[in-house]
Amino acid sequence: MIFLMAFLIGGAICAVGQIILDVFKLVPIYITSLFVGLGAMFDTFGLYDKLVDISGAGATMPISSFGHSLVHSALEKAEEVGYIGILTGVFNMTAAGIAASIIFAFFISLIFRPKG
Amino acid sequence: MKLGKQSISFDTIYLGQAGVAAGPKEKQGPLGSYFDQVYDDLYCGADTWEKAEMQLMRDAIDHCLLKNNIGSGEIDCFVGGDLNNQIIIGSYVMRDYDIPTLGIFGACSTSVEGLIVAAGMIAGGSFHRVIAGTSSHNATSERQFRYPTEYGGQKPDTLTFTSTVAGAVLLTDTPTDLRLSGVTVGKVTDAKLNDPLDLGRAMAPAALSTIAAHFSDFNTKPEDYDLIVTGDLSYFGKDMLVKLFKEINIDIADRYNDCGLLLYDRDKQEVFAGGSGCGCCAAVTYGHLLAKLRDKTYKKILVVATGALLNSIIVAQKETIPGIAHAAIIERSGD
Repeated sequence: MIFLMAFLIGGAICAVGQIILDVFKLVPIYITSLFVGLGAMFDTFGLYDKLVDISGAGATMPISSFGHSLVHSALEKAEEVGYIGILTGVFNMTAAGIAASIIFAFFISLIFRPKG
Repeated sequence: MKLGKQSISFDTIYLGQAGVAAGPKEKQGPLGSYFDQVYDDLYCGADTWEKAEMQLMRDAIDHCLLKNNIGSGEIDCFVGGDLNNQIIIGSYVMRDYDIPTLGIFGACSTSVEGLIVAAGMIAGGSFHRVIAGTSSHNATSERQFRYPTEYGGQKPDTLTFTSTVAGAVLLTDTPTDLRLSGVTVGKVTDAKLNDPLDLGRAMAPAALSTIAAHFSDFNTKPEDYDLIVTGDLSYFGKDMLVKLFKEINIDIADRYNDCGLLLYDRDKQEVFAGGSGCGCCAAVTYGHLLAKLRDKTYKKILVVATGALLNSIIVAQKETIPGIAHAAIIERSGD
């Protein structure tokens, strides 16, 4: 069941992005920012976790989950250590992803050459 | 002699031979056989994209000098530009030549802008031999105007494909078989469009403005030219220009084409709405169209290079995209 929900919810998030891209002629970076913002907003109201519960990777793969992770880890840390946690905790959940993309990009650039 | 508000007619400006260098996709296109130097590798033997574009520009200038049987010391000036920040390609190439240099920028209108500046210098009577040249490279332009390939942004059908080509031509006051008989300098025209992925349609009103002014200044009509060619409006901009002309009761459809559509076979090559880049109009005009004038297919053509005057910063500030178009008449002399 979770596979079907992952397909449906993940697909719906991407479809909304594609429609906004095609209809409003926004450049891709606006879509990315918009979805990070929406993910953060959904998490603020506790909605994004419900999406993750029912659809798994369907909600964690799209860029909206980046916004969700930022807010989530900031709030988590804030509960632990007080308001300063909003600043010190904001990248906790995304640190692995960001660090991995930088490190892998570095190694790949050593081996491959851009084709165009 | 000044004609009308924005045109100049020339009596003694002639075109010598031209040099054109091209990348792999352009080599495979319908005009591949017209180019003096072609590469199978987008790097053109260099190790970065910018150096590849420099190699193309250098090849174009070298072939131009060679085919005219003239040394660089005999050239009074080089007028040229490209699409990179601070028109860096032309400047870096020219540090290897003993030729006074003027760098110019008019986005994709730079090729004809160069012809206008060069012709003006010669018409002034002081300079006798001036080379006008431009270059563009797909990979350098994609990151100037769009996204680096690695970003993986989606490409809509209206997007043009920056061509990997460079062209250079000699202008001289010594009579040859081809003459640059007139030019029309365009006005910056803003159609209030703001889609940086559809530059063809953003530039079409600028082409309309310049070509209409050209007909009026020279008191000519489309039938006076064997070919009217824009560079580069894309499939969509070309269609729009024909319609804009219909609205003012001028029919250009039967003798009008676009350099970016001539350079590639859109059915077989993945170039979206057609070719673009300031090398495109130069390569098609200097490589293909000059040959067609010389083999008497055409007697008189109007080349209209169109440029979209944007950069990535101003577009991110939600500005609209103005365009400009410059026109030049090239015709066979003596018959």
